[in-house]
Amino acid sequence: MAQSVQTHTGETLEHPLGLRGVVADISSDQRAFKNVSWGKAMMWIFLLSDTFIFGCFLLAYMTARMSTPVPWPNPSEVFALTIGGQEIPLILIAIMTFILISSSGTMAMAVNFGYRRDRRTTAALMLLTAVLGASFVGMQAFEWSKLISEGVRPWENPWGAAQFGSSFFMITGFHGTHVSIGVLFLLIVARKVWRGDFDTERRGFFTSRRGNYEIVEIMGLYWHFVDLVWVFIFAFFYLW
Amino acid sequence: MEQVAAHAQVQVKEQHQQHPIRLYLVVWGFLFVLSACSYLVDYVGLQGYLRWFLILLFMILKAGLIVAVFMHMAWERLALVYAILLPPLLVLVFVAMMVSESNYTIFTRMAFSGGAQ
Repeated sequence: MAQSVQTHTGETLEHPLGLRGVVADISSDQRAFKNVSWGKAMMWIFLLSDTFIFGCFLLAYMTARMSTPVPWPNPSEVFALTIGGQEIPLILIAIMTFILISSSGTMAMAVNFGYRRDRRTTAALMLLTAVLGASFVGMQAFEWSKLISEGVRPWENPWGAAQFGSSFFMITGFHGTHVSIGVLFLLIVARKVWRGDFDTERRGFFTSRRGNYEIVEIMGLYWHFVDLVWVFIFAFFYLW
Repeated sequence: MEQVAAHAQVQVKEQHQQHPIRLYLVVWGFLFVLSACSYLVDYVGLQGYLRWFLILLFMILKAGLIVAVFMHMAWERLALVYAILLPPLLVLVFVAMMVSESNYTIFTRMAFSGGAQ
């Protein structure tokens, strides 16, 4: 034990910028990500791995769509809704997109108010984000039941290539799961913020460590990522 | 010992991201406009290369805004930026491989399965 005493090395070294900074950070003997906490770095690395998961889903969809001689169903018509006697293409998906973007906006503001230690505004904005996220999932459930009632299955559909159904359920299903988990995550963190855990430095239930408002930013990274994935799904699956 | 540990804590202190609210509102507005534009591509019914180009353009702009501003990547140190943003580019290699594979699959389907699979 006596040998493990941490030595005090004086002033913190200066951190160079640019490419020299990259080399210095990665080759340094301590930690590569100098001014981010381990929590934030790990969330980023998790998101990187999730990027590969969704990347592979979209790739599988691309491969299925490119390699079938059967015409692909036209998403513009498949996802059209009849409102007031008029057929509007893709309208539900457009509304879902705007809702998810709005939830990203409220989340970004929640992070900002968190660092200002305004716990009520932070918690309120996070709750609003959670409500928007939940309504997104609700609309997705509506969309799924509509398509299922029209006869879309992972192995067949009335309009064309059978792979349409499997790609659709796989991609939007995984994304919807991410949104749902995000809503739970939001509610848990919002409760902690509302209770003032990060002002009174109350110790966490599992970790017994004191939390701080950075968890709001880490939570925000996850939420923005869910929005980011939707941008790609919207472009490749619904618009292409 | 206590004092030494406390000092080590100070040394690795993180910097917080603090930006004016207005910035987020402006980006929010841009995201709305870009989403509306990409929806209009479908609504107006553009087809062919123009459609694909516009879809990709609006997609990349939206993704860039979200990652750079909402996720604060624009203010992170380059070591983190490169560690997170460069690996996904390798997916493009995978895309190229699967495009080639798909072309081969559809060729065999058309040539040997009567084009009905």
